[in-house]
Amino acid sequence: MLKEGYVRIPSGCAISGIIDRTGRLFSGQSIADSIATMHDRSNGLGGGFAAYGIYPDFKDYFAFHMFYDDLIAKQETENILKANYIVALEEKIPTRKTAHIKNAPLIYRYFAIPRPEKLKLSELDENEFTIKFVFNINSNIPGAYVFSSGKNMGVFKAVGYPEDVANFYKLESYKGYMWLAHGRFPTNTPGWWGGAHPFNLLNISVVHNGELSSYDTNRKYLEEFGYICTLQTDTEVAAYIFDLLLRRHGLPIELACKVVASPLWKQVERMSPKEKILYTNLKIIYGRALLNGPFSMIIAYEDGFVAINDRIKLRPLTAAKKGDMIYVASEESAVRQVCKNPESVWIPRGGEPVIAELIRDNEKEMYSTKEVTA
Amino acid sequence: MKTINASGIYYRDLNEIIKELVRSGEDIINLKNVNGQRYIGDNLSGTTKINIEGTPGNDMAAFMDGLTIEVFGNGQDAIGNTMNDGNIIIHGHAGDTVGYGMRGGSIYIKDSVGYRVGIHMKEYKDKVPVIVIGGSAGDFFGEYMAGGCMIVLNLKNDENIVGEYCGTGMHGGVIYLRGDVEDYKLGKEVIKEKIDDKDYAFIQKYVENFCQFFDYDFQKIMNHSFVKLHPIGKRPYGNMYA
Repeated sequence: MLKEGYVRIPSGCAISGIIDRTGRLFSGQSIADSIATMHDRSNGLGGGFAAYGIYPDFKDYFAFHMFYDDLIAKQETENILKANYIVALEEKIPTRKTAHIKNAPLIYRYFAIPRPEKLKLSELDENEFTIKFVFNINSNIPGAYVFSSGKNMGVFKAVGYPEDVANFYKLESYKGYMWLAHGRFPTNTPGWWGGAHPFNLLNISVVHNGELSSYDTNRKYLEEFGYICTLQTDTEVAAYIFDLLLRRHGLPIELACKVVASPLWKQVERMSPKEKILYTNLKIIYGRALLNGPFSMIIAYEDGFVAINDRIKLRPLTAAKKGDMIYVASEESAVRQVCKNPESVWIPRGGEPVIAELIRDNEKEMYSTKEVTA
Repeated sequence: MKTINASGIYYRDLNEIIKELVRSGEDIINLKNVNGQRYIGDNLSGTTKINIEGTPGNDMAAFMDGLTIEVFGNGQDAIGNTMNDGNIIIHGHAGDTVGYGMRGGSIYIKDSVGYRVGIHMKEYKDKVPVIVIGGSAGDFFGEYMAGGCMIVLNLKNDENIVGEYCGTGMHGGVIYLRGDVEDYKLGKEVIKEKIDDKDYAFIQKYVENFCQFFDYDFQKIMNHSFVKLHPIGKRPYGNMYA
């Protein structure tokens, strides 16, 4: 079968996100029920989930989730992995046999930390070190694909309807404080396991409904910072752009949103002098990080998630709140399926982010203070 | 009168049941626990009244010809797409593209609506579609509007009564806004004017209905200024390629 980028199939998708802002953990059943409500927005060619807070016993280890086409790919990957990382645990990701998920690759996970001597030699911090590792595997080992590389989180994805994917991975047995889901209706490219959403790098995961016509501009821009796009699918760039803006450049999430969904020049003209300077500079500096084309997207990062639409809102998005729970989805029905009486339900305007973060006090408990090494 | 618990029923099966009931001349259908089922009331004609509790899915009442649908909740996207006749009453807000290409009947929405509402609505002789919105509207309101009427009441005094690109490419029909709108939000094909007595009488008729459906004080709503948006000409792009 031709993979992503070698064939074009023009055609919608479903997205859903749930967070408990107190950091309380809840089962993956809720997100599975939510996304299943929008069954007919997908066509069975891709479904996936991102789960945050699911690996508390290994919260300081990178959790690598891997697809292998064969044992050779596995062996080659493990050689590189073990040369560079201390692996605390490696195992098959538990799956159950279901009639609807077919042609599964080998699916493994590893909890690992970089070998101190290798890390020192590389003169990189552990995140940069890990990004290099991920891109190395994804571009150089045929049939091997790292599809999740964050800490205390994991991506689970497959070719199939999202509810079947949840069942396949036994998501009801995991507990997380934040969940994203995606149901795919591939538009330009065929469905394959690696091409299912979410797309992840370190702790950033993205689910997307739409099409990024700026893909090639974004890809070339990202290459200048060492990001290698290996999947030839548009959403991949969004994950890397948010990694660049949030982690590397330290932009606040609000501004990162104004980079990818930048106000139009006409709107900048009407701003106050101070805002005008800010947004003009932002547009100039980050012009090539602008995401153009129709999208509704949920981006999860360490502190929470943000849901955002393209500026002229060519894709649907609804948000809801009940106590400390925030819900976002392509359709209101997907929220109501799992939250019977939301306090408020609203439809955000184009380019206006819905930001849902962990409440500060709890965050300290969730992410114990990072040690500073001498 | 027939009551159906729609919980867990797949949209195709639900719509099949509704279709049979409408064909057999059922006067009232009550749908309970609707959540996300698409295409309810699509392509149906008759005089049945459908009451919906819950959140009906996308494209509700598309191509509908007759019938009255009352939703006790919010609506999703594309309500009344190319609808030909009938009435829709939504006790909540609604999403994008309400009344897309609508050609007859009326839609009343208690709260706000999303983007691209009433795009390319049209009218012919006595077929004049009308949409009344209690809240505010998003961008591209009445884009390429060719006929019919939309009334926005902005009862919660939202800063933006409508979004940008309002009436872009408009070449027929009329939009009434309770309040005012900044010129930069308007398409260049649109003229903004004060309303006259004839306009006032027209608005009055529909606001009366609105107040009756949603229990508002008629005087309070009408005791406010309105503006009227209508197209400069019938063929805004007539010389584009000439």
